Amino acid sequence: MNTLRRVLALVRKEMRQLVRDRSNLALGILLPGLLTLLFGYGLSMDVQQAPVAVVLQDMSPSARDASSGLALSRYLAPRWVESMRAAEALMRDGEVMAIVNIPGDFSARLAAGDAVVQLLLHGTDPATARAVQSYVAGAFAQVAARHADAAAQPAAIGAVQLVPRLWFNSANTSTWYLVPGLVVIIITLVGAFLTSLVVAREWERGTLEALFVTPARPAEILFAKLVPYFCIGMLGFLMCLTAARGLFGVPLQGSLALLVAVSVLYLLVALGIGLLISSITRNQFVASQVALLTSFLPAMMLSGFLFDLRNVPALVRFIGQLLPATHYMSAVKTLFLAGNVPALVLPEAALLMLYALFFFVAALAVTRKRLH
Amino acid sequence: MIALLRRIAALVRKELLAIVTDGATRIVLVMPAIMQTLIFGYAATFDLNRVPYAVLDASRSHASAELLARIDSAGLFQRVANLDAVPQIAPWVEQGKVLLVLHIPQRLEAGLAAGETVPLQLILDARNSTTAGTAAAYLGTIVEAFNAEQRKRAGLGPASPLRIETRAWFNPQLQTRWNFVPALIAALSMLQTLMLTALSVAREREQGTFDQLLVTPLSPAEIMVGKALPPVLVGLLQATLVLLVGLWWFQIPMVGTLSTMYVGLVSFMLAGVGLGLAISALSATMQQAMFSAFVLLMPMMLLSGLATPVANMPPWLQLATYVNPLRFGIDYVRRVYLEGLGLATLWPDLVPMLLMAAVTLPLAAWLFRNRLV
Repeated sequence: MNTLRRVLALVRKEMRQLVRDRSNLALGILLPGLLTLLFGYGLSMDVQQAPVAVVLQDMSPSARDASSGLALSRYLAPRWVESMRAAEALMRDGEVMAIVNIPGDFSARLAAGDAVVQLLLHGTDPATARAVQSYVAGAFAQVAARHADAAAQPAAIGAVQLVPRLWFNSANTSTWYLVPGLVVIIITLVGAFLTSLVVAREWERGTLEALFVTPARPAEILFAKLVPYFCIGMLGFLMCLTAARGLFGVPLQGSLALLVAVSVLYLLVALGIGLLISSITRNQFVASQVALLTSFLPAMMLSGFLFDLRNVPALVRFIGQLLPATHYMSAVKTLFLAGNVPALVLPEAALLMLYALFFFVAALAVTRKRLH
Repeated sequence: MIALLRRIAALVRKELLAIVTDGATRIVLVMPAIMQTLIFGYAATFDLNRVPYAVLDASRSHASAELLARIDSAGLFQRVANLDAVPQIAPWVEQGKVLLVLHIPQRLEAGLAAGETVPLQLILDARNSTTAGTAAAYLGTIVEAFNAEQRKRAGLGPASPLRIETRAWFNPQLQTRWNFVPALIAALSMLQTLMLTALSVAREREQGTFDQLLVTPLSPAEIMVGKALPPVLVGLLQATLVLLVGLWWFQIPMVGTLSTMYVGLVSFMLAGVGLGLAISALSATMQQAMFSAFVLLMPMMLLSGLATPVANMPPWLQLATYVNPLRFGIDYVRRVYLEGLGLATLWPDLVPMLLMAAVTLPLAAWLFRNRLV
């Protein structure tokens, strides 16, 4: 009974303290909102209207026809230039992402069934270069198909044709996997970064020690400290969820209850990390840097948010698998895009619970030790 | 003049000492830059290296065995399961155990013999649509090779009358790492110098020592120079560390000259430090300064072209990137590093950074005395 009263009083104090400092609210509410919009609109792996220089050295109808196929692609914006030299200058200036060179003997060799088109890619951005490469190939494949039809094949030869079906992302847009991932980033931001900073300041100023001389026990004090940040974290999560559904049209295939449950677990993990960092460092600048380096940046780079962990070397994948963010990321993406997959989501949730427990026990132990 | 330099030098020494004497800060400024470059250099890749897949081979024929042998020997695809029935597909894909399932129809061989085009169903886990798309494209080239082999056996020429010869400039293997590590030279140093600068004046204000500084013979402009130089030096040190990791560990060849590189880096650091000092001068407490710096850093990182190209953003957002020094810094560093460009081509990146420095640094000096709060 006394415990409850003490905790309630502490929570009330922490809530007031949080609301009073506007910079806390800015980081807790403004930044998640801003990030959701910027990420949702700004981060995209999907190339659109890539400028491509086209050098047409063959003025025959079939060459013109082939190059006009490029203009039909909605991903390419061809620019016809006079000479290879002009095209190369454009590429060097970064004005075009690729050069398509249709040589002078194109139509003659096409008739013989052996035409060659030269494609020079601007390799500084390899992802865009690859996309442009496949769009150019697609445009010329249509030209080739038209030509083959006209030439009427002598005998039909069997062939296999891939019919791809994209499960879980029918729109084939990177927004669908980036926006759910954003939930992870926001919770990490509020949970680990904000919390570690605020609690580190209290250590720095000695206000936390002042609390410890009250009858309240360390566990109660730490619990009360976390309640407001838990609320801000959940608020950020709900904002993100609303934006994902409302603004970006990301489907929610799994159950909302399960998504919220897993998110609460991860928020607890993040809060635990924040608490642990602040108790160890007890210095705002160092705490902020450690939080940035151990939780926030890895959540962006190593959790499968931007870069697929399947593609990285084994050691980096192992580091990624150690991060709680990676497991939450996999659960969130699955719940959003694939549905309730108990065989995947439940083990991840159990793991998150263990992480939360571990970080809280560790934070409490460090705090107790520091007091002695 | 000499007295002026001596005054500034004294302040610079004091600031550098404040940074260097704290062991934790010292470590935080050097180790992470190297560690992150290593880890992110390996992690940042859109290039597939291992694709687990499953096969539902209803045909069980010579043709299907030949096709699968081609896929398995490509080195990229790892067959982790042979399925027997359609309902088995969903669990494998849903649980993320495979990236794709290839469904080979029963009449593959009969269809091929009859000269038909046989559809092969390819089920892709597109939770990451970029990976799925790349894997599908790669599988497509294997299937093309299989088809070409069929035609060759029938004594026909290549299926397509047209070939595309592709070459890539500046990054012949199209490796993501070549794009990412040079960008880190600018991004990582920005991350910490901005934080460090944002704290410098705010810390003194919070501790009350800034007023003491203001009553010394130093003018606000001199204080500004003294405050700006040390973080610029720290930033250059970090940028150099990242550059060395890129050159020596990842062996990414640098085409441009070091002098061009450092001209850009110094301008970039000045812009970043100016921004940090302005934040610092505006903040009453360290916490406010740190939060403001962070709120600013996040969008700056996002809108810089570090992870996803600026060209993929909607036009209104591309416009917003023009006030971001990091966008110009990353572009500049990448183009010096990979494309070997000189100042004659790079001035559109350099001028905005210098302009930002020319606005933010005097603004910070002015704010030292005339802060409104």
